Amino acid sequence: MTDRELIMQLSDAMGVSGEEGPVRDLIWSYVRASVDEAFTDTMGNLYVSRREGRKGPVLMVSAHMDEVGLMIHHIESDGLLRFSAVGGLDPRILPGRAVVVGPKQIPGVIGAPPIHLSSPGERKKALPMDDLYIDIGADDRAEAEKLVKPGDRAVFATKSEPFGDGLLKGKALDNRVGCALLVRTMAMDCPFPVTGVFTVQEEIGLRGARVAAYRVEPAMALILEGTTCADTPGTEDHEQSTRLGDGPAITFMDGSVIPNRVMVEALIEAAERAGVPWQWKRTTFGGTDGGAVHKVREGVPTAVLSVPCRYIHGPAAVMSLSDFDAARRTVAEFLAHVDGVWARIMEERGMHP
Amino acid sequence: MKDPGRDTSEVLQRLSETPGLSGHEAPIRALVAELFQPLCDEIHIDALGNLMAIKRGSGPLPRLKVMWAAHMDEIGFMVAKVEERGFLRVTNVGGIDVRNVLGEEVIVHGREDVIGVIGAKPPHLTTKDEQNRPVPMEDLFVDVGLTDERTRELIRPGDVISFRRSFRTLAGRRVTGKALDNRASVAAMYCGLKLLQTLRHEADVYAVATVQEEVGLRGAATGAFGIMPDAAIAIDVGFALAPGQKKKDPITLGKGPGLLLGANAHPGLREHLAEVARRFHIPIQTDVAPGRTGTDAWAIQVTAFGVPTGLLSIPLRHMHSPAELIDVDDVEATGRLLAFQAAHLTHDVVAGWAPPLQDENAAAEEGSS
Repeated sequence: MTDRELIMQLSDAMGVSGEEGPVRDLIWSYVRASVDEAFTDTMGNLYVSRREGRKGPVLMVSAHMDEVGLMIHHIESDGLLRFSAVGGLDPRILPGRAVVVGPKQIPGVIGAPPIHLSSPGERKKALPMDDLYIDIGADDRAEAEKLVKPGDRAVFATKSEPFGDGLLKGKALDNRVGCALLVRTMAMDCPFPVTGVFTVQEEIGLRGARVAAYRVEPAMALILEGTTCADTPGTEDHEQSTRLGDGPAITFMDGSVIPNRVMVEALIEAAERAGVPWQWKRTTFGGTDGGAVHKVREGVPTAVLSVPCRYIHGPAAVMSLSDFDAARRTVAEFLAHVDGVWARIMEERGMHP
Repeated sequence: MKDPGRDTSEVLQRLSETPGLSGHEAPIRALVAELFQPLCDEIHIDALGNLMAIKRGSGPLPRLKVMWAAHMDEIGFMVAKVEERGFLRVTNVGGIDVRNVLGEEVIVHGREDVIGVIGAKPPHLTTKDEQNRPVPMEDLFVDVGLTDERTRELIRPGDVISFRRSFRTLAGRRVTGKALDNRASVAAMYCGLKLLQTLRHEADVYAVATVQEEVGLRGAATGAFGIMPDAAIAIDVGFALAPGQKKKDPITLGKGPGLLLGANAHPGLREHLAEVARRFHIPIQTDVAPGRTGTDAWAIQVTAFGVPTGLLSIPLRHMHSPAELIDVDDVEATGRLLAFQAAHLTHDVVAGWAPPLQDENAAAEEGSS
């Protein structure tokens, strides 16, 4: 399977925070052939390990598989569905979007009072989420209840597709692009044992990664993400977190973690050895699973590598396949020399492995 | 035999009227110990002050552990500064709503308990503009009416202040009082332990009255770590239908506890609770929360390796006011559900809870379809 096909299938799968089953099953079908051990935990994290023929401390590589979405909390008597956001969604993107609801993937659209019936003053204000609803075409509550139930999750009805020049467009690229990278990572050579964790509930508070790191007790952790990219009109240069096509982004600090400096240097060296471009993630807000992982138990040296994605948390995000390829090569180089990275970390602590 | 309904109401009254602010739970903990002692085999108190009442089960070792968690702490105030002429400046402990406390009587827990009033300017002396704004916390004061000397003798900064509110019985099965968030749930655990005396149960049941929930779900985290249960059910209060209620799908008084549906609820444990409720005709309602619940369940779920967690919400009106209102039937229904669920929890039930990984054949079939 090509990288493009892999990312597209992952992008199309459903997996809103708290209900990651469909995307987990899909990921399992990809990674099962390349790992020697696999299990899930009570929250739904998927752990896959490669230990055979490898010695040394465990490297955990993780990518969250959940996506932001909507949750139905009430069915009105006229058959319209009221919803809440799961994770961070900008209410301004919602009116008019196509969605699918629940395990049966019932099609619907997000409706709002029409412009004709809005006063000029109202038109200048964003519609609050409370005024919006999902219309699945049901005549009344009884008909709607045959198709959906409160608690069902909804996602954008986007089908992924190739886009522009070497780009790819789809929903949930945050973080299915990280999942795709982790699927590839499990097939890479590494002197140390590697435990890959596809985590749950990142979008609602980094919750799966926390228990995963507690269980794995890794010596080091590498977090794979799809990050914001704001190289778009109207954004000042210094506000652009990343730029599409400039290679994977390496985080020096975000709102949740200050990555381990040795690992950051090692990622840069890995990209340079691989002969691929890389960039800093140039803004420091937001957070990743690294925020939870680095402070589990006695602490874990952690770094974050991201693929830039425009319009994340929206119905159609955009990424570059060349960035993915560069990220993949960077991770491969990092893994191949991870024993050296560990030696430097130990040396910094005044210990000699 | 005593009328069980009246019994629950009496227990609720004592739980409601006993003080126990976050971090200062000693008085309420002593009452919970007294109530739970005859119904359990052991009582432990952990480093943060959580009270764990253990009722041993009959199952084989290693025995299943089910944890019930209801926080026993309540919101209130703390003395920030002792002013002259018996006036105290205060700060909040937990989520006090300054719009519902003006004129309320309080008890200042100093060297002795001292009664006070949350003072307010009379309407004659307030401007129209002032009347439209709630009095901010920093402008509130408590008047204890004592001389300077006596005030300083009895009260120091850091002393906690609770509402002085008598428990009252209203129409039907409704009751009102302070701190029913979350003493209603402590009473539900009491009902559950009482019923458990007559049931066979394999699992060890840990009924935990947790501390410091109102200041950040703190006790539940250490409580769950100490137990590492196979299943944990947090019990708290939920927003009940009332005029002006903004939540679009509130639960309703008298229709049983809300059973959480959302990321904070383990699907297997949730289904088991629903199944037990159906089988024993215990009323439940659906309570949907997409993410954070702001209850002990939120902290317990991500303790250590992760804990299968559920949440029962007892419907309550006027949350975080001194006039909280519940239906006693809901408390008893919650207790029944807790007890019957614990009695039907077996290794077989728990074994089906981890998300399965499809075997090769199933995956191949799916791929070909």
